[in-house]
Amino acid sequence: MSKTVTDGKHLLDPYLRVERLPHIWCPGCGLGLVVGCFMRALLKSQIPLDKVAVVSGIGCTGRAAGYIKLDSFHTTHGRAIPFATGLKMARPDLKVVLLSGDGDLLSIGGNHLIHAARRNIDMTVVLVNNFNYGMTGGQLGPTTPLTARTTTTRAGNQEEPFNVPALAMAAGAVYVSRWTTAHFRRLEKSIHEALLKKGFSLVEAISPCPTYYGRMNKKPTGLALMQHYRDHSVIKSAPSPVSEDMDGEITVGKFVDIERPYLPAPGGQPA
Amino acid sequence: MSGNGYLTGEFFASGDDACAEGAIRAGCRFFAGYPITPATEIAERMSERLPEVGGTYIQMEDEMASMAAVLGASWGGVKAMTATSGPGFSLMMENIGLGLMTETPCVVVNIQRAGPSTGLPTLTGQGDMMQARWGSHGCYSIIALSPSSPQELYDLTIRAFNLSEEYRLPVLVMSEAATGHMYEKVTFLPPDRVEISSRRKPTVPPEEYLPFNPDSCMVPEMACAGEGYAFHVTGLTHDERGYPASSVAVQDKLVRRLVDKIEKNRDDIIEFEEDGVDGADVVVCSYGISARVSRIAVNRARQEGIKVGLLRLITVWPFPEDRIRQIARRAEAFIVPEINNGQIVLEVERCAAGRTRVIPLSHLGGGVHNPESILHAIERVAR
Repeated sequence: MSKTVTDGKHLLDPYLRVERLPHIWCPGCGLGLVVGCFMRALLKSQIPLDKVAVVSGIGCTGRAAGYIKLDSFHTTHGRAIPFATGLKMARPDLKVVLLSGDGDLLSIGGNHLIHAARRNIDMTVVLVNNFNYGMTGGQLGPTTPLTARTTTTRAGNQEEPFNVPALAMAAGAVYVSRWTTAHFRRLEKSIHEALLKKGFSLVEAISPCPTYYGRMNKKPTGLALMQHYRDHSVIKSAPSPVSEDMDGEITVGKFVDIERPYLPAPGGQPA
Repeated sequence: MSGNGYLTGEFFASGDDACAEGAIRAGCRFFAGYPITPATEIAERMSERLPEVGGTYIQMEDEMASMAAVLGASWGGVKAMTATSGPGFSLMMENIGLGLMTETPCVVVNIQRAGPSTGLPTLTGQGDMMQARWGSHGCYSIIALSPSSPQELYDLTIRAFNLSEEYRLPVLVMSEAATGHMYEKVTFLPPDRVEISSRRKPTVPPEEYLPFNPDSCMVPEMACAGEGYAFHVTGLTHDERGYPASSVAVQDKLVRRLVDKIEKNRDDIIEFEEDGVDGADVVVCSYGISARVSRIAVNRARQEGIKVGLLRLITVWPFPEDRIRQIARRAEAFIVPEINNGQIVLEVERCAAGRTRVIPLSHLGGGVHNPESILHAIERVAR
């Protein structure tokens, strides 16, 4: 990362649909950083780019596929994983990657996520968790911490959020990690590992939404949220047994890296 | 079975089995589904047969996932289908819409049972005909075929695949439990007697390719994943590059084309069967199993000297408006038997536009019409 700009162009420009820039994401949003980590990890993996398909659902992260110059699919809300499952099962030669958000993958698409993990479909999911629904204006999501304020929980959230890494692990994912955008080097390394993993890999990227989640919860800038991640993250080798609360510890790290039979099975249909 | 995995010759088969064989004959190599009566046998047969022809079967966690997986497989360049019944059809509506918007060839089979809701799972119905036309949100045109026999479930499943590939959209095969579970002689055709259509592939290099540029025939050429075209596909309103474009002008251009590519090719798509319609005083207009029951009534009415014709709709959507209008100018009445509370009869009424009487003959599901009831309706009109 000694030099990121050459001749007025970003090093990743050849891999982005630059004609679509500027993107729709807000100042301080972590999504650009996550897309950068993903693209650098993908290039490092040396997977042939014409054999990579990126699938997204709906939401802020759902727009990620549209900015990446690869075969890319912007599907319906929650259905990115089953769409990707069909694509991968029909075309085992493709590397199928999902970039989508917490609402898309864990709420409306939660059932699909656990079933893809159970089947151990060979795909990599980058789950961007900003703790709320950004696209629609900052409503309660399936990862919103207890007591956090959102535009539909003005008095504070009373629902226990999902513990994402524990959920993915229990459902059968063979690779599970979690980092924040403040750990972007580790995030990139982890996405790289996940891309090379056979089976269902999930990397959770905790990412700032200053416009909604941040403003509603006294961290109104991307910088304030990044500072919070830096100050509160603790690297561990197992996910926290409980869901994080608002101001407590954020457990990050690589939690699962195991082998088990995956689909599509190498050499054809499983018996 | 011949060496290539295709069944040919005469078989005693159910409609569901015939449907699965038709799909395989048409080149279907991917099936995603979820068990549901009375369509389950299609999934069961596909799970056995697809691996024999190098295809892939997957049982998904629900029908939303099944439909999404079918679209994903189709974008992988593989002909794909799913099969379901009413409750699953409702869940598929979301991604049928995505398939329409992204112009994804695939086939959806609905072996209808009686609803609403869980209704009569094991018993027949035709209550999803309007859902087939309008069930997903927004403006669109769609193709739906209605087979009247196990043989037609075979033939029309092949045709559904061909239409889906030619016009790039999900094509619906709207059958019902009575036909899906009916066992009859079915002829599975040898390869030289079946015409197979496949989507047009890009004729330009990737740097010149516009994935949603329809050129003169209104249906764009289709690249698939992994072919080096680096294309983008979205359910958002999109321009010819496939990029989201939120404007009235792009919406108008895109949606108008999605509708026009079907409506302006009605002559190619619409198929119906007539028996003595010209010169008839009374025309029974029906489809699927109800058309088959109507035939009994029509034949008996003729023995009584009544001039009655049968118009059997094979393509239900797009609706054969022109033919109904022509008939309405001469016939004294239409009788429309269907196993619902009156759905296709509304279309007949619309096209007849007051020129002739249109008599609904509803059956709320769980069985087929008693031919007597259709005969009595014919007699009442003829008197």
